Amino acid sequence: MTERQRRSAQAEHTPDWRTLFASLARTARHPHLVKYYQSGAVAADTPLDEVPLMALDMETTGLDPKKHAILSIGLVPMNLERIRCQGSLYRVVKPPSELSSESVAFHRITHSDIEAAPPLAEVLEELLDAMAGKVMVVHYRNIERAFLDRALQHYLGEGIHFPVIDTMDLEARIHPRQKTGLLNWLLRRPPESIRLADSRRRYGLPQYQSHHALTDALATAELLQAQVATHFRTDIAVCELWR
Amino acid sequence: MQVEFIEIRDHLSRFPPFDGLDEDVLNDVAPQIEISYVRAGTDILQFGEDSHYLYYVRSGAVEIYRRNGDLYNRLTEGDIFGHFGLLRDNKVRFPARAIEDSLLYLIPDRLFKQLCDEHDSFADFVEAEGQSRLKTAVDTQAKASELMKIKVRKLVSRTPVTAPMTATIREAAGIMTQESVSSLVIVDPESGPAETSSGPAPAAQQVMVGIITDRDFRTRVVAEGLPAQTPVSEVMTGHPITMQADDSVFEAMLCMLRNNIHHLPVVHRRRPIGVINLSDIIKYESQSSLYLVNNIFNKQSIKDLTRLLPDVRATFVRMVNEEASAQMVGSAMSSIGRNFTQRLLELAEGQLGPPPVPYCFMALGSMARDEQLIVSDQDNALILDDSFVPEQHDAYFLQLATLVSDGLAACGYTYCKGGIMATNSKWRQPLKVWKNYFNNWIERPNPETLLNSSIFFDLDSVYGEAEMVESLRDLLAEKASRNEPFLAAMARNALNRTPPLGFFRTFVMEKDGEQKNVINLKRRGTAPLTDLIRVHALACGTKAQNSFERLDAIAKTKLMPPEAITRLRYALEFLTSVRIRHQAMDIDQDREPDNNIEPEMVTTAERHNLKEAFQILSNAQKFLRYRYPSLQSTRAL
Repeated sequence: MTERQRRSAQAEHTPDWRTLFASLARTARHPHLVKYYQSGAVAADTPLDEVPLMALDMETTGLDPKKHAILSIGLVPMNLERIRCQGSLYRVVKPPSELSSESVAFHRITHSDIEAAPPLAEVLEELLDAMAGKVMVVHYRNIERAFLDRALQHYLGEGIHFPVIDTMDLEARIHPRQKTGLLNWLLRRPPESIRLADSRRRYGLPQYQSHHALTDALATAELLQAQVATHFRTDIAVCELWR
Repeated sequence: MQVEFIEIRDHLSRFPPFDGLDEDVLNDVAPQIEISYVRAGTDILQFGEDSHYLYYVRSGAVEIYRRNGDLYNRLTEGDIFGHFGLLRDNKVRFPARAIEDSLLYLIPDRLFKQLCDEHDSFADFVEAEGQSRLKTAVDTQAKASELMKIKVRKLVSRTPVTAPMTATIREAAGIMTQESVSSLVIVDPESGPAETSSGPAPAAQQVMVGIITDRDFRTRVVAEGLPAQTPVSEVMTGHPITMQADDSVFEAMLCMLRNNIHHLPVVHRRRPIGVINLSDIIKYESQSSLYLVNNIFNKQSIKDLTRLLPDVRATFVRMVNEEASAQMVGSAMSSIGRNFTQRLLELAEGQLGPPPVPYCFMALGSMARDEQLIVSDQDNALILDDSFVPEQHDAYFLQLATLVSDGLAACGYTYCKGGIMATNSKWRQPLKVWKNYFNNWIERPNPETLLNSSIFFDLDSVYGEAEMVESLRDLLAEKASRNEPFLAAMARNALNRTPPLGFFRTFVMEKDGEQKNVINLKRRGTAPLTDLIRVHALACGTKAQNSFERLDAIAKTKLMPPEAITRLRYALEFLTSVRIRHQAMDIDQDREPDNNIEPEMVTTAERHNLKEAFQILSNAQKFLRYRYPSLQSTRAL
């Protein structure tokens, strides 16, 4: 990682997650969240290859956490060496009735799937247990973080904070947008797309059907392995990557 | 709740051995998989280390090596590795290295063993190296063939009409007329019933000694002007060719084809239970090769014969579609080729008059081995009686040979580029000259004569005095097996053509890793295989010509371990069947059939089996080199 990349990572004021979790464990009110924070976070200097990770993806009815809702959640446990399908979690959930589900056709979830599904409240404990002690791996953290935070505020009355490694963020750091370079301008080099499917293609990863939370979580897990294998040392401190 | 990994399940379901598993099973397998991304150049498995996974290449490419570092295989999407170690002691046998950035699926040991235990197709695929996988492919094919399944006794519609050998020809003709049959089984009334428990007519309990047909009455009785009181035993065909009741209809068909006979007694042990004739099978198989053969013999000119070319191809395609075995197809096509030759000789003799001295027209190479396919050139020669005087007789035989050779070319059997044809005066010689040739080739092998040996030492009589060919075969069986330097030279020749390593994506992969676009499966597969089988056959002194029969003969000696012979048999059957299928595909798609195979036309399952077959061939070549070590130093002949 270059000095510039490191600076850009630090610019966002990433908290020290272990300290933050210790303090949140004291201030959280809902028992599910207390339990979650009590399970702690790894130390900031932990080598990445020793960090337990959990790839996470959600399908939502839209992009605005205030107006749209979670439809499904996929979780796939992993570390740098292995992605383990065993221990994965996939849940379809019923959004609160006031939130529209017009984007359903876009996903591979039908209305009847949703009608039969439990509300998120019923799977929250299971979800938080799966996340406990792990650093989450997502592609574009603003969706997963914001939607989960919003949903917990809705159901538990308080939001959630959790560390993530964002593969889109890593891809942006690896391929910084070169707006100014004269050479790039002369060559009309298009900026690299950092969407999940395009990023995967750069590492020779297979094409998957997207918009299924479990498949996308798996796709994200594979992408992180590929990114680290290609661009980073496996013992890089987790604080260099997490947000 | 079971989590569904659709992408993983669907991908597995497209590749062997997972393609043979039910969706339920795959739904259970997918969530137990582990995944790992490896960069190009990463060592995935190292020799001797512990291994607890079956590896599946989801994307990228991986090379597998032998312990000595030789490339063993290059794998890509959908291929598996690591199973050899799991099946033995969980130690890595074949090291593996990623040669491209690769995504691997890892199937845990416990699940792998469960799949092997519960699914035979899975176990068959992963278990033995080569043999069992090929065996499955070959056996499945043999099972599928309807013609192979149906027993010849199904075609027997009535108990045989018999006459005692003491009957006169007038009595025999009377019985045939009365019973309206076209053939009569002649029995020995002195032979008593051996099985008293069974109850058919007593005549059928008696041992068959001969057969007489309508045609025999025409050619042997009327044409010869024999008196009506002649005993039938004087004109019957003694010790006729028979079929056992449990032989398949297909075997009966091949038997009729091969011997050009129209009546075939069916026996249970030695008791006749009926007679089937050509029309019985034609009724059963309206488009059969027998029908074609019957047609060949009805044609009155070369021009008429050439019109049968589409029928020959249709028969070939039909047999392939019915999944006849390679051996069956080879045998049928050789018989058809033989019948064309015979008919052409009949026509030529009709035109030129009877031969001035006895002769034998012989087939060489694939026709002699009964392994001819649809793409074939003619390899033939003439053996003449030793009373042959060139100045007086050769003009006749040159004309005869030319008529036959031109006729064969017109019927689709192209001229031999190497000039191995009876039109070439060198290959139109009296028996004593042939014996000299053979003796010389065996005693003083050189590159040119070794090439001759590999062609002429597969020889069979097609027409004329079969004893002439027989005496050459005797000479060969006698001399070749005792001549170690000759065998060593033949062995060296048999190693000239080697198989490729296998396939990789749309390429044929050579042992040094080079990739090619196309493979000639004859040159790189069946031909080197028949070459090495010939060497062993000559060494054990058998007179068998067909490669499968040669393997049977070799098996009776201690020359090779029985498993090695079984493997060779499967490899030959499989390689030939792929050649055959691709030729049938060419015909179906209006392309000129050839022996070339484009890797993109080869299915995944076929690739695995071909790889195994190539491996068997390669090992057999190693064995040959070991068996005749003298050739190490003189290899670059």
